[in-house]
Amino acid sequence: MIGLGLPRGFLVTLKNFMRPAVTEQYPDRHVGLIGAARDAGMNPFQFLVKKPGDSLKAIAGLATVPVAVKQSSRFRGNEFTFFEDRCTACASCAKYCPLGIIEIVSIPGKIDAQEGESYKLEVFDIDIGRCMFCGLCVEACPYDALHMGTSFERSKYVRDELIITKEELNAAPKRPSSFYRPQFEENAFDPFKETIDDYHDAGRHERPSDEDLKKKWVDER
Amino acid sequence: MAIRTQPVTVNLGPQHPSTHGVFRMRVMFDGEEIVDVEPIFGYLHRGSEKLAEERTYTQIVTLTDRMDYVSSMLNNQAYILAVEKLAGIEPVPRGVWLRMIASELQRVASHLVATGFLLQDLGALGTPLIYAMRERENILDMFEMLCGARITNSYLRPGGVFMDAPDEFWPALDRGLDDIIQTIDELEEYLSGNELVFSRTKGTAVITPEQLINASITGPMLRASGVDWDLRHRAPYDYYDRITFERKLHTASDNYARYWVRVQEVRESVKIIRQCVEQIEPGPVRPSFDDVPRLIRPPAGDAYVAIEGSKGELGFYLVSDGGIAPYRMHVRASSLINLTLLRDMLIGGQFGDLFVTFGSVDLNMGEVDR
Ligand code: SF4
Ligand code: SF4
Repeated sequence: MIGLGLPRGFLVTLKNFMRPAVTEQYPDRHVGLIGAARDAGMNPFQFLVKKPGDSLKAIAGLATVPVAVKQSSRFRGNEFTFFEDRCTACASCAKYCPLGIIEIVSIPGKIDAQEGESYKLEVFDIDIGRCMFCGLCVEACPYDALHMGTSFERSKYVRDELIITKEELNAAPKRPSSFYRPQFEENAFDPFKETIDDYHDAGRHERPSDEDLKKKWVDER
Repeated sequence: MAIRTQPVTVNLGPQHPSTHGVFRMRVMFDGEEIVDVEPIFGYLHRGSEKLAEERTYTQIVTLTDRMDYVSSMLNNQAYILAVEKLAGIEPVPRGVWLRMIASELQRVASHLVATGFLLQDLGALGTPLIYAMRERENILDMFEMLCGARITNSYLRPGGVFMDAPDEFWPALDRGLDDIIQTIDELEEYLSGNELVFSRTKGTAVITPEQLINASITGPMLRASGVDWDLRHRAPYDYYDRITFERKLHTASDNYARYWVRVQEVRESVKIIRQCVEQIEPGPVRPSFDDVPRLIRPPAGDAYVAIEGSKGELGFYLVSDGGIAPYRMHVRASSLINLTLLRDMLIGGQFGDLFVTFGSVDLNMGEVDR
């Protein structure tokens, strides 16, 4: 009916006005006294006594606590997780990348190579300033050495600092995303709470037994 | 005594908040009336079609995300269907169901954005847009569960999708669908009976079905003029032939009709997703690498596949010379073709209706310029 549309619309607005807010604050959230005390791990009275300055700030509404953004464990973030011990320098990842931003230099096999030293990774640089986090490199890695990371805060002032090297990758905390790595989902691995320290745990397969290898490579041929 | 006025030419855009991207219009006004419009585009051209010529078939999926960036999944789907036709790949059932669910969710998200921004252009600053965006946010969260990204999904692979949906996806989907219906009800209660919306949108920018067909315009714009044309029904791809849904038609072909058709299509999409969820069965989500290797070499030839995108017929034309990358890729971008009638729709209208009409066409400059 003409004339009723507007009030009905305002009723909807009013209803939504009463609903809890869906906006998420980032990177900090303003808290009152109780929130600030909980963040410091105390009850409000202790907090008042022990940290009067902070309490005043909290009462005035100026205290902030950092917010953990809700992320899925498949999140394709930057800071790739890399296990050098798993990597064979096969360069599948570099070939599969649509932008060609992974640089791999490996020391080629020597004639008198000892066991385990034939291919050694010398350079493994990812220019994440140009990366689009498509995950194709991770999909291509046959040995589960490269995984997507889960963080996303990596702003820098200079583009060069966005090139992450092998050393940086090795030193970073290993919080791989479960993107294209179903084994993490099966083990209910939570990258936002735990890290993977042993490179064996990052793998998809058990090492095949000698019989399996023989069956695959000898008997079936 | 009539006031003597002189026509004035005004440049709108490219950096104008209401042009939904970098789009420029040279508009000639006579007083409040629009005398001439010249759309000028190309500011967002990234050469995707050319870039595709030096990428392998799997790598191109990442390029298609960036064409129409509010409906990446639909772009993925159209492209992957073209690759499958070109290379003769048989998709696996669960992969197909998953990508239908994903693309219908994306259609909902895209229509919500279109509706929200149309109302924003009408002057309903903020409120309806926020309601629409709140729901879209839920959908993007579901996409993050599926594929780890929110906008540039790259979820589909030739033959299926790259990874099965996680366990937490299904309850989230169920809840999300209820929320979508609730939001649409709210939006309709809020706006569909609103006299202000009526007076601004009804009877503005009317265009006849003949004109639309002659300009080969498809999608919600065509359905708002009463032409029953939906590729999901006319030329079913994937498993749309196992799904029943209604095509919502409106006959007024004005701005309100286009808005109405989009809102109703969201409801239909929700029904489609529910049917997909009922029919999905366990199994692999992509063919094994023995059947579909990572490096696909389709035989020489060409293939064109069109799907019902969120804005109209979205088609990919691929030519292969037998190599690992396509010889040529062409995209039938629905936004670009829908843009062609903008001039006819606007001439004779009022200045105030310009951006409303622009919003109701639902353009995405990423797709227009590619
Ligand atoms: S995520 Fe994509 S763009 Fe980034 S390094 Fe890997 S393949 Fe290349
Ligand atoms: S990270 Fe994986 S794909 Fe890349 S070189 Fe190492 S083993 Fe090969």
